[in-house]
Amino acid sequence: MSRESRKAREAFYARPWTGPNRHYDILKEGAIALLVVSVLVIFLSALFSSPDDPALTFKGWATDSPTNFYATEVQQLAGTSGTATYGPPYNEGDGPSLGPLTFQKWGGVTHPIDTANDFVITPLSSQVEPNDVTAALKAWGAATPDQQTKWAGDYDTALQATADANGDLHIDAVAKGDYGPVPDLAKGVTAMAVSGAFDNAMTGQGQFFQTDQTKQLLLMGDGSYMDDKATSLNLQGNTWGMMNEAGSWPGQQWLAFTSVWYQLPAFNAPDSATGLTRTLTDNADVWIAAILVLLLITFTFTPFIPVLRDLPRWIPLHRLVWKDYYKKHGRQAA
Amino acid sequence: MSHGTQAPAGADFEPTTWTGSVRKRWLSTLPPEKMLPENQPSYVASWIYVFGMLTIVAMIVAIASGVIITLGGVQWFHESSTGKFFNSVHYWSVQLFFLFMVVHLWGKYWMAAWRGKRALTWATGVLAFLTAVGVGFTGYVITTNFNAQWIAFEAKDVMNAIGVGSVFNVTNLGQMVTFHVAPLPLMLVVIVAMHVLLVRKHGVVPPIDAIDHDAVAPAAAETESAEVAS
Repeated sequence: MSRESRKAREAFYARPWTGPNRHYDILKEGAIALLVVSVLVIFLSALFSSPDDPALTFKGWATDSPTNFYATEVQQLAGTSGTATYGPPYNEGDGPSLGPLTFQKWGGVTHPIDTANDFVITPLSSQVEPNDVTAALKAWGAATPDQQTKWAGDYDTALQATADANGDLHIDAVAKGDYGPVPDLAKGVTAMAVSGAFDNAMTGQGQFFQTDQTKQLLLMGDGSYMDDKATSLNLQGNTWGMMNEAGSWPGQQWLAFTSVWYQLPAFNAPDSATGLTRTLTDNADVWIAAILVLLLITFTFTPFIPVLRDLPRWIPLHRLVWKDYYKKHGRQAA
Repeated sequence: MSHGTQAPAGADFEPTTWTGSVRKRWLSTLPPEKMLPENQPSYVASWIYVFGMLTIVAMIVAIASGVIITLGGVQWFHESSTGKFFNSVHYWSVQLFFLFMVVHLWGKYWMAAWRGKRALTWATGVLAFLTAVGVGFTGYVITTNFNAQWIAFEAKDVMNAIGVGSVFNVTNLGQMVTFHVAPLPLMLVVIVAMHVLLVRKHGVVPPIDAIDHDAVAPAAAETESAEVAS
């Protein structure tokens, strides 16, 4: 279609319609639609209800996987956990980058988290503890930061070294060494979690009113407990988890355009990968966000983008919509 | 005390106030016969046209059920069968809302509904979809169950990576409830309202390669229109 004829057709499409009309009652259509949708929604609600898988608790974690909880708390003391090494907005660091741009650093550390104190020492200090734990807290508090880091780092390394072929850790098999109060602190906080008191300490965080779950959620995600459950429910990003939800529910199908990118091999490189796929995988969130922004701009400006705006003419699905009109009136010659 | 003259009907008057200017502009752009028409072009006769209206009424059901849930609080549905029922109504109305919206959107794409200076109508539709995704997302992270834990934990990485995590904290329940019940749905309603007003202003786009009935046989078109109306 030439530019002139396109302009002429655009002018025609923009004109008020002067062809045949039909009777139409927009409010009646709306009222009937409201009735139909309401009945359908009530029917679906009565038949299927809605998803509600209970939230995980620290008590459940420490009871079901005590060693994993214990090891995760050691990492909080050592500063080697996911949260401790995350970067902004929780602590100093870099975060993923889009080439030279590291957006994550731009906002700064607005929600500071000191994993040793926030996830171990403060909860333990919030209640009366057995003598060995009280002594361990005192010893930790009296030590220099360097000493604390050495104790916890050495113990973390020794604990991770006990991993068997399945990756399971064995606390009893940790090599002897100078770990200071770290083992007693980890044992004490695990016992506190099993009792249920740790949930209260983390959710309340020493305050009467508390609506921010950042700290407890980050701690919950540092271990394998929540991750394993998500994996078993196909909720991981690379198994379309962004669209799925726990159980047999429709999920968020409208996020398909986002979720699809997380399935690509380029964003799921193995640990041994190097080069571009390593970069893309390590920075997947920000790269995929950039792709989505470009897609959104493209989608918004589709009316002005050749090929995209012409596809509906080339693939004539519109003939199904207007088949009666075309049958009765034919088509304007190009 | 002065007695003003009766305001003229329609847009055929010279405004002397800001209020009058707004009324003239409004009535010129969207006269009542465009806003609430009793006729539509004869080509508006396919089931695909119903999905726009279905999207709006599903949104109305979602908002109504959401308001009721707000009165009971975010944990109401864990402990009350009434709360659970309204949560289910909210859930399924949202599912249908997105289903209808996506069908409507793809339908409009394959009809090239942006033709004839309707690009802004298309753009507001895309913006409505994007805003609805935001409303849906914040809804999922405030369900105070495992879904909420996992989605918030995963989504924080995306928000942090693009630099908004410091101000839009998906792991902060209080903040997410606020976003879900106030600014985001309000934005969605305003954008959908703009979208509908633009549709009413420009009319429903004619078929691709529609006949110019004025040029071909204006008398015949008028006759058919009269027959349909009668």
